[in-house]
Amino acid sequence: MLEIFLGLYIFMLAAFVGYGVIKGVPALLHTPLMAFTNAISGISLVGSLVAAGAHYNDVSTVLGAIAVLCATINVVGGFWITDRMLRMFKKQDPKADAAGDAAS
Amino acid sequence: MVFAIWGTLIHPDIGAYYEKIAGQEGALAAFFQTYKWILLTFFIGSAIGIAISALIPMTRMPERIALSHAFGGLAAALVGVSEYYREYGHIDHTTMGALGFEVLFGGLTFTGSLMAFGKLSGLIPGRNITWPLQNQSNILMFGGTFVLLVLVTIDPSNQVLFYAMAAMPLLLGILFVAPIGGADMPVVITLLNSYAGLAASATGFALNNNVLIIAGAIDGASGFILSVVMSKAMNRSFRNVLFGAFGKVDEEDAALATSGGERVQEASVGDAAMLLSGAGSVIVCPGYGMAVAQAQHVVGELAEILEANGTEVRYAIHPVAGRMPGHMNVLLAEAKIPYTALMELEEINDDFKNTDVALVVGANDVVNPAAKHNPASSIYGMPVLNADLARSCIVLKRSMRPGFAGIENELFFAPNTVLTFGDAKDTLTKVVEALS
Repeated sequence: MLEIFLGLYIFMLAAFVGYGVIKGVPALLHTPLMAFTNAISGISLVGSLVAAGAHYNDVSTVLGAIAVLCATINVVGGFWITDRMLRMFKKQDPKADAAGDAAS
Repeated sequence: MVFAIWGTLIHPDIGAYYEKIAGQEGALAAFFQTYKWILLTFFIGSAIGIAISALIPMTRMPERIALSHAFGGLAAALVGVSEYYREYGHIDHTTMGALGFEVLFGGLTFTGSLMAFGKLSGLIPGRNITWPLQNQSNILMFGGTFVLLVLVTIDPSNQVLFYAMAAMPLLLGILFVAPIGGADMPVVITLLNSYAGLAASATGFALNNNVLIIAGAIDGASGFILSVVMSKAMNRSFRNVLFGAFGKVDEEDAALATSGGERVQEASVGDAAMLLSGAGSVIVCPGYGMAVAQAQHVVGELAEILEANGTEVRYAIHPVAGRMPGHMNVLLAEAKIPYTALMELEEINDDFKNTDVALVVGANDVVNPAAKHNPASSIYGMPVLNADLARSCIVLKRSMRPGFAGIENELFFAPNTVLTFGDAKDTLTKVVEALS
């Protein structure tokens, strides 16, 4: 029972921190922001790694393996495309670099 | 070794398991044997992820994002089901509640995002699909799913209830997104972003994993902020957005199309080029039509010519222009337009009245002045770009078809507005040729 309250506490803290940080991102960079947060939430990869690699039973392994596949597409693809987009904003002039770095 | 440490960090049992196997056989062979599924799917997943991300054109970014939400939702839902299957028989109530939320949000995000992807890519008609008592039945089903969630939390051993609860959100995702028209997609995408984050966070609760809780919460918060920004930009309440009533405006407004008797002034490519070359300042108002026509590069070329001519060129980006937040910014950045020229609605709206030409490229409802003064209009109250206040206004349009809200755009009939019909890219290419 204590764990769930600790978890809720962490959840709320992270939500507040996330809110504070993301609020500062200009509308200009909202698309890269979405791609990036999506990549971060691909961290659910951690959960699917447990399911796929722990050899509990065949069903868990197969479901876990599909989950790893999906999550990897998100993490790897998400960071890749965020980088691709931010580089477009960076190229133009030195000031753009600052904006790009702030978001990444 | 790294995997062993990592394994120990996330789940002590795996580390122990690995150590045990490694002790008995060759470490490397054991490593591949133990993690063959992870390694295989990891490499395939990376290859697919890189391929999609490197090859997809910027105009199709909303589809890419919708698809990645679908993958995220599916991953969370599968981990939830796998976890339930494995732990069946000894799941406590709190873990069951977390698993339930995980499967619910995961499933909802998965099919909802697939629907959004289908609509954005044109596989499913982008029009809102409606049926009688739609909202009522959707809300009823959503309520029913929550009842199942509560029941399953009370009695985790009831498999039938759990799998029914896992299946319902899959159907719900489809039903929720089906009635929503294309132009409402920014709200849908940001909302699904938020749900994907909540699903990941619930996974963290179910697995007692703080990293997951934090990552999910940040994603959820970001999606939430963006959907609030989007709904504000469309002047809809957040409640209105959450309950899916926002696709319904079309029918009510078809009756409001009143401007049948009025005439629009058509301008040839030459006329448009002349107007632009004589202008001291130009504000470009891009919309989804620019993405469809892939006209962003030629917009950039036009701006270069005009700037060489001494004309000040800026871009007014409405928050809901395009199909996702920031869609237009990314496209214009791709066309090498300096980001300092991209202005937000509030920054630039007062400057329209001192501007010679407003060039509307594939935007419609976000430049409709009816939103400012016609209380009968469904978009009344929505912040719009003051393109009508510019000295003259050139609208690039494929045809006289009204925008998503189904209403005529007063801007098109204004005395200082001219329309140039045709594909935005073709028209602009011809304008560039005429000017250079």
